[in-house]
Amino acid sequence: MLILTCPCCGIAADETELENGGEAHLKRATVGSSDEAFEAYLFDRANPKGVHFERWRHAYGCGKWFLAARDTVTLEVYATYSGQTPEPPADVVKAIKAKRPDWEGTA
Amino acid sequence: MSDPVTATPDARYEGFATVTDTGPRGMITIRGEGETLVKAAKAAGVDLPDTRAVTAKGGVQLAWMSPDELLVICDYPEAPAIAAKVEKALGKDHSLVAVVSDVRQVFRVEGANADEVLRKVTPANIDALAPGEMRRTRLAQAAGAIWMPEADVYEVMCFRSVGRYMFDLLSGAARPGSELGL
Amino acid sequence: MSHRIDDAGRLIDRSKPLRFSFDGKPHTGYAGDTLASALLGAGVTMVGRSFKYHRPRGIVASGVEEPNALVNLGSGNKLEPNQRATTTELFDNLEARSQNVWPSLAFDIGVVNQAIARFLPAGFYYKTFMFPRAAWKHLFEPFIRQSAGLGKAPDAEGRDEDTYEHSYHHTDVLVIGGGVAGLTAAKAAAAGGAKVMVLEQEAHWGGRTPVEGGEIDGMASEAWIAAAVEDLAGMDNVTLRTRTMGAGVYDHGYALGYERVSDHTPGDGRPRHRLWRIRAKQIVTATGALERPLSFPGNDVPGVMLASAVRDYAVNYGVAAGRRTLVVTNNDDGYLTALVLKNLGLDVVGVVDARATATGANAERARKAGIKLMMGKAVAGVKGKRVVTGAIITDLSGKGASTDVECDAIAMSGGWSPVVHLWSHCGGKLNWDDGEAMFRPDPDRPPSGAAGEAFVVTAGAASGFLSLEKGLADAHEAGRTAAKAAGGKLTRKAAPKAAEEERQPIKPVWIMPTEAGVEKRMKMWLDYQNDVKVSDVQLAAREGYQSVEHTKRYTTLGMATDQGKLSNINGLAVLSDALGQPIPQTGTTTFRPPYTPISMSAITGEARGELFQPLRRTPMHHIHEECGVNWEPVGHWRRGYAYPRAGETVHEAVNREILNTRENVGMLDASTLGKIIVKGPDAGKFMNMLYTNVMSTLGVGKCRYGLMCSENGFLSDDGVVVRLAEDSWLCHTTTGGADRIHSHMEDWLQCEWWDWKVYTANVTEQWAQIGVAGPKARAVIEALGGMDVSKDAMPFMTYQEGELAGMPARLFRISFTGELSYEIAVPAHRGAEMWEAVAKAGEPHGIQPYGTEAMHIMRAEKGFIMIGDETDGTVIPQDLGLDWAISKKKEDFLGKRAQERSFMASPDRWKLVGLRTLDGAVIPDGAYAVGDGTNANGQRNVIGRVTSTYYSPTLRKGIAMGLVHNGPDRMGEVIDFATLDGTGTVIKAEICDTCFYDKEGAKADV
Repeated sequence: MLILTCPCCGIAADETELENGGEAHLKRATVGSSDEAFEAYLFDRANPKGVHFERWRHAYGCGKWFLAARDTVTLEVYATYSGQTPEPPADVVKAIKAKRPDWEGTA
Repeated sequence: MSDPVTATPDARYEGFATVTDTGPRGMITIRGEGETLVKAAKAAGVDLPDTRAVTAKGGVQLAWMSPDELLVICDYPEAPAIAAKVEKALGKDHSLVAVVSDVRQVFRVEGANADEVLRKVTPANIDALAPGEMRRTRLAQAAGAIWMPEADVYEVMCFRSVGRYMFDLLSGAARPGSELGL
Repeated sequence: MSHRIDDAGRLIDRSKPLRFSFDGKPHTGYAGDTLASALLGAGVTMVGRSFKYHRPRGIVASGVEEPNALVNLGSGNKLEPNQRATTTELFDNLEARSQNVWPSLAFDIGVVNQAIARFLPAGFYYKTFMFPRAAWKHLFEPFIRQSAGLGKAPDAEGRDEDTYEHSYHHTDVLVIGGGVAGLTAAKAAAAGGAKVMVLEQEAHWGGRTPVEGGEIDGMASEAWIAAAVEDLAGMDNVTLRTRTMGAGVYDHGYALGYERVSDHTPGDGRPRHRLWRIRAKQIVTATGALERPLSFPGNDVPGVMLASAVRDYAVNYGVAAGRRTLVVTNNDDGYLTALVLKNLGLDVVGVVDARATATGANAERARKAGIKLMMGKAVAGVKGKRVVTGAIITDLSGKGASTDVECDAIAMSGGWSPVVHLWSHCGGKLNWDDGEAMFRPDPDRPPSGAAGEAFVVTAGAASGFLSLEKGLADAHEAGRTAAKAAGGKLTRKAAPKAAEEERQPIKPVWIMPTEAGVEKRMKMWLDYQNDVKVSDVQLAAREGYQSVEHTKRYTTLGMATDQGKLSNINGLAVLSDALGQPIPQTGTTTFRPPYTPISMSAITGEARGELFQPLRRTPMHHIHEECGVNWEPVGHWRRGYAYPRAGETVHEAVNREILNTRENVGMLDASTLGKIIVKGPDAGKFMNMLYTNVMSTLGVGKCRYGLMCSENGFLSDDGVVVRLAEDSWLCHTTTGGADRIHSHMEDWLQCEWWDWKVYTANVTEQWAQIGVAGPKARAVIEALGGMDVSKDAMPFMTYQEGELAGMPARLFRISFTGELSYEIAVPAHRGAEMWEAVAKAGEPHGIQPYGTEAMHIMRAEKGFIMIGDETDGTVIPQDLGLDWAISKKKEDFLGKRAQERSFMASPDRWKLVGLRTLDGAVIPDGAYAVGDGTNANGQRNVIGRVTSTYYSPTLRKGIAMGLVHNGPDRMGEVIDFATLDGTGTVIKAEICDTCFYDKEGAKADV
């Protein structure tokens, strides 16, 4: 039962007030994309044991989507940040690396 | 034409706290950003609320719902006029103003241990709820919002369709003998 | 035999006798008793039988770890199986029955299993119930069902009369355990300014310390406890709860507390149980330690008890386990029991100690008290079947001469294990302490929280500090640091002080005698409830089981309701020994919540009966109810399925409703349909992305049917879109789709196209909506008055806003039935009023309400699809012949790319067709069309399936739609639909057009 702080309204929300939206920072592939690229967009997911970027919606609160960087093993939350972020922000990456020097990044 | 009614007209339960349906309320949803919301608040005649705050003036309340959404709460018959006023004030600003008076209803939970009723049904931290703050959360299995218009009084807003559920839920939590004794 | 003794019993009130019954026999106990102490006090030593061999079982422990004394409590709607007598507070007229016995506790048929115990070894079930296959159904399963399970299941038709609830609590520091360690930690944390909650599972504070005596800060421990509780109770920042067990510790400081509010005062109107859902910044687990049994032959005979339990019963309840007690131990604990009994004037046969020499203060005190010490010895056998009558004593190895002693109780101590469960639930790790022979929490590997911080700290005996002095110091420090970590201060107050105790080291003895042969090892019980013996674990090891988790499941060690509180450490020590490896290498099984079983009702809380789920009601709900509606659940909504009249079946009602709508006029509560406003300069662009067809070109005041797909290309929702104004659209969704589609829209707007200027508002509940359909629909609307609804003023697929019957209203001219049809929307608070107005206005025209089933059939007659019938998440619009609603001009829309995939364009996809049975019969729901040949599994090949099938009262025969391989190319072909009646018969149906009624659409166009 996680607690994630919604960056849109500041509430430290109980997991039961949130809705999970799967992996964050996916790039939409659409008309004109190759089958491989489209397949990757629809189905390929990192599912890491460790640092993970996720989409969450404050469903029982302000209704806004936001992103969370957290560790799926230790449950440490490195950051929650705006849903309107195409890739992990530099400060979030820095915060993760400070805590997890062995982390290989998102690539 | 008769009067509009909520899903639980005149519902009232007296347990260790009292739960009452406050009747139809006028409500207007306003979506917009930045200056647009400043204009909207001005048109509604109420101060623009900070994040999660509820402001009030002259019988009109203005609640912060999300970064780009406000909710006007007023007397039921006033809503269309206030909405028209806000719409006019916003002019061509990108915005959405809609009368939503019938979407939701409001219960009042009061009494010395009114907080205990809410403690039983919401994961929100009731101790952290400040006067003038609206906490949107869930109450058992239904979405809702809670705020304190005055000490020992809580108002709970929920969707109309779950009005009966909410009343039964709050009444059950206020049943005599089930005081938490905190 | 166990009995009540004078001049002892700190927890009982002898002035308040309480009556209770066990297996129908009346007994008396006292206020303050547990059911276990009252039974022992009444001389009842045998309380049940074991699960597998139906061996006689007596009370072993005095607390939550008790494996044997499980009873059926109460009767009728109050019956609760598997209640632990040791944690059941006695109340007047308590009614308990023994479990797992048939026909009675004394004469039990299942005891025959004991005689064949040799043939019921570890893994018996796995080995036996494999073959032959047929035997499973006819022999094994009935046998297992008969003998499985412990208590009696309550009557399935009965209803629990009690109430239950949850309570959410937020605190800085949660202290689990109200013994002296918990109280010390709580005091230290509270002194640091933290908001503190303390949970104690029992009814009284202080844990076992008052039994052991001792002094804290120069006061008798009992007085110190009272003072500490008074102090804490007087502090505003402290919440104290007794009868509340810390059940589990979870992610990010979440913990569950299980409060047994009125188990001991049944019928007083309070909730029975309350589940505390706690969020704590820091959790202190002051959960104490549990004593371990010793594994000697016959250690399961009633009268063999934990040494500490024997002390507890004597000191707390004035109950002696026996008249002549033998103590057997491998550590100093046994001496404490011997001394307590001696001081109370009871006979102590002697202390059998596995250690070679008696040294230290405790041994000295025992010797001075005249207690016989038998050093380097073992109990090699227990005499007696239903109660202990004696013991056989040998050298520790079991070799050499043996001596028989007479006794009627045996107090055993195999050392102590800290209760590490709550520390471990969320990932706290353990270290094996060789000196103390215990797993203790490793403070360097704690459970971590949201910021990566340690959020659980152990205190006192739970840390592995068994002496009062060290335990208090540890608990004080735990409380201090927890307060600081939770944002408070480090208190400067000193830890409570106790005198140093001298204890001699434990000698780990995992089986006794150490060199016992197999006959003896088959009688050494590890798990009393599940009948797992030393020999079973050793057999598992011989059969190749190495993992402790596998061994647990194979042997069922620790899988009983006590979850191995007594057996786990002994079992894994035996396994380690059998595998020839050190204990830490074997490790422990995973500790999972709850710590002890909690009631299902507590988990359910208020969510039962009317509150089981939020039931969404339309504004006309009560009107439907008043006219005897037959409800259909749709999502959380209730919709009227049909409105049967007196003497009418539901089926007849549906047919009547359809015919009346087709001939006259019908009215439908359509309020549940989703209504979402989409507005903004970029709304047209957004609408074109959401829907497969073009919505941006829709004229203001016009309506258009639209389809929405997921990014995977599959049809996800449909509905009528209305252009309200130049920059705003109203999207109708399906009943179940409103919240989902609104969320879907917001997802795209917030996370992908956040630079688009579009706002949405879900106004589903703002409007009560009433469908009025049928040839006389216009006359009804005209009778309401307020709008010009003539054909010219309001053509098909248009919309207007104004007043109807004096109410503000929106009117849509759309049709889902194929008839002339309108939908009236009014503010929800006026929905009931409008419904009545329509009913009244329609009365002269024969208006009748129709339900969702009539609606479904009428749309099927028209060949209209229904999301959830024709679609199932794998169907694309093209499958349904909806190509006309898919724009070819648009560059992009959600699902477009997916629909370009080769599989989606395959000619082999099943496509929607109408189906007309040759004999007019109705094809069963979900029936499959069968083709030639069989598949790899020997099943007939399928070539299609039915998606909607009904009896059409309009056409007076069965109609259906279905997805069929190459369907549209096979018009007129007759195909076979399989039935499930087992006869192999098929229903023959001709493939036809999906529209069965008014193909030209003349009816709606009037």
